[in-house]
Amino acid sequence: MTAPVGLLALQGDFEKHRQAFAALGRSTVRVRRPAELAAICGLVIPGGESTTLSRLIDRIGLREPLREFAAAHPVMGTCAGLIMLAAKMDGEDPTDFGVRPLGLLDCTVQRNGYGRQIDSFTAPVRTDGMLGKGEDFSAVFIRAPLIVEVGPLVEVVATHEGRPVAVRSGGLLGMTFHPELTSDLRIHQAFLDLV
Amino acid sequence: METPRNDQELQELFRHKVGLAEMLKGGVIMDVTNAEQAKIAENAGAVAVMALERIPSDIRKMGGIARMSNPGMIREIQQTVSIPVMAKVRIGHFAEAQILEALGVDFIDESEVLTPADNQNHIYKHDFKVPFVCGCRNLGEALRRIGEGAAMMRTKGEAGSGDVVEAVTHMREVTEGIRRLQTLRKDEMMAEAKRLGAPYHVLVETAELGRLPVPNFAAGGVATPADAALMMQLGAETVFVGSGIFASEDPAPRAKAIVDAVTFHDDPAKLVEVSLTLGEAMKGRAVNEMDESEKMAGRGW
Repeated sequence: MTAPVGLLALQGDFEKHRQAFAALGRSTVRVRRPAELAAICGLVIPGGESTTLSRLIDRIGLREPLREFAAAHPVMGTCAGLIMLAAKMDGEDPTDFGVRPLGLLDCTVQRNGYGRQIDSFTAPVRTDGMLGKGEDFSAVFIRAPLIVEVGPLVEVVATHEGRPVAVRSGGLLGMTFHPELTSDLRIHQAFLDLV
Repeated sequence: METPRNDQELQELFRHKVGLAEMLKGGVIMDVTNAEQAKIAENAGAVAVMALERIPSDIRKMGGIARMSNPGMIREIQQTVSIPVMAKVRIGHFAEAQILEALGVDFIDESEVLTPADNQNHIYKHDFKVPFVCGCRNLGEALRRIGEGAAMMRTKGEAGSGDVVEAVTHMREVTEGIRRLQTLRKDEMMAEAKRLGAPYHVLVETAELGRLPVPNFAAGGVATPADAALMMQLGAETVFVGSGIFASEDPAPRAKAIVDAVTFHDDPAKLVEVSLTLGEAMKGRAVNEMDESEKMAGRGW
């Protein structure tokens, strides 16, 4: 019996991720407390509001447990989840923190990089490094962040109009869009291959 | 304001609207009346703020016509916080909605808390790029609003009362209506659509899903962490708190406690922990002591 995939269930669309894994025949459990990390083989940090996730992670005391878990297990972050995985926030007033990322994936992100909700969009992205060579994925961007800088050991695994929209470093995979909002399960399958 | 051209574009646009509602799940949306309150809400962990000139309990007290808020005040809040900013329009007032869309608000609440602008018609929401949330008291009302293009539903409850009883009633009405749908045969669906005054295709979709086709949130009378936990356990996916925070004695800790209570809505030990040091809740007014004319939930249909 393989261990289930954990879904960080503090706030956001973790239910959509559960449905995607269920469609692939993989069981999931919700994670809200440090002890619950012991029973899972990998973790998804879902889309949601990164300011909310950031505060709840600190109030619950999940920051260090999450960092330790990610050192030894695969973690996928979508949208706000990527923001939480990132090393740095771009363009924020340091005296007035919006989000304190976990600092796991060496990249810098800018929140709401495309604008407000009326600027949300769907577009095909090239996923050469994540799925097969030359494969496109129809990606949904909702108030999405921009990846503005990528560290030397981080691989860009998907691009939109030449800009990185998904990055990977070892077992850590982060993307600015929401594969859980479409019925295309290839990215969830690619994450299960890492687990 | 370009109008989408074909079915595929409309579907894609609707997916973006519902997508934002999905991102707000498991969170708290707080009413705020100025930039300072918006910052308190964001710092407490709100997933979004609702910008309005007066919180519902003050609208009740002061009377007069309640309209869309001043765009200048909404813009100031947009510039202050990074979380989504919502704002209210009067029922049927599509020109107010056009203004809010041009202002770039992230969600519009076509709300019974404001004085209705149309006694017959709600806004045709599919025409807009910005998503809408609407209130409902029962399944038929929810399905009518979804048919018009609402991307999120909420209970009407009784705004500004501090009394959760109507939110409970409306949430139970909706879930009971869905349970009933699931017991019906295909040849009984049209009669049920007629009985509820609901669009047939949305009703059939709801029966198949076993839930509303858009996220279903709670609003109208939530004042404590326990109220928030109650609504979540009754099936709400997120909680709006209107007057409950900024009409209370000490708003910042209460805002934070309600955020934590939504995340841990099924964990009573955690609810004790978050409730221990709170000040007085808003005083409120019992809904069953109100005149029918004072109630807001009856506005719209």
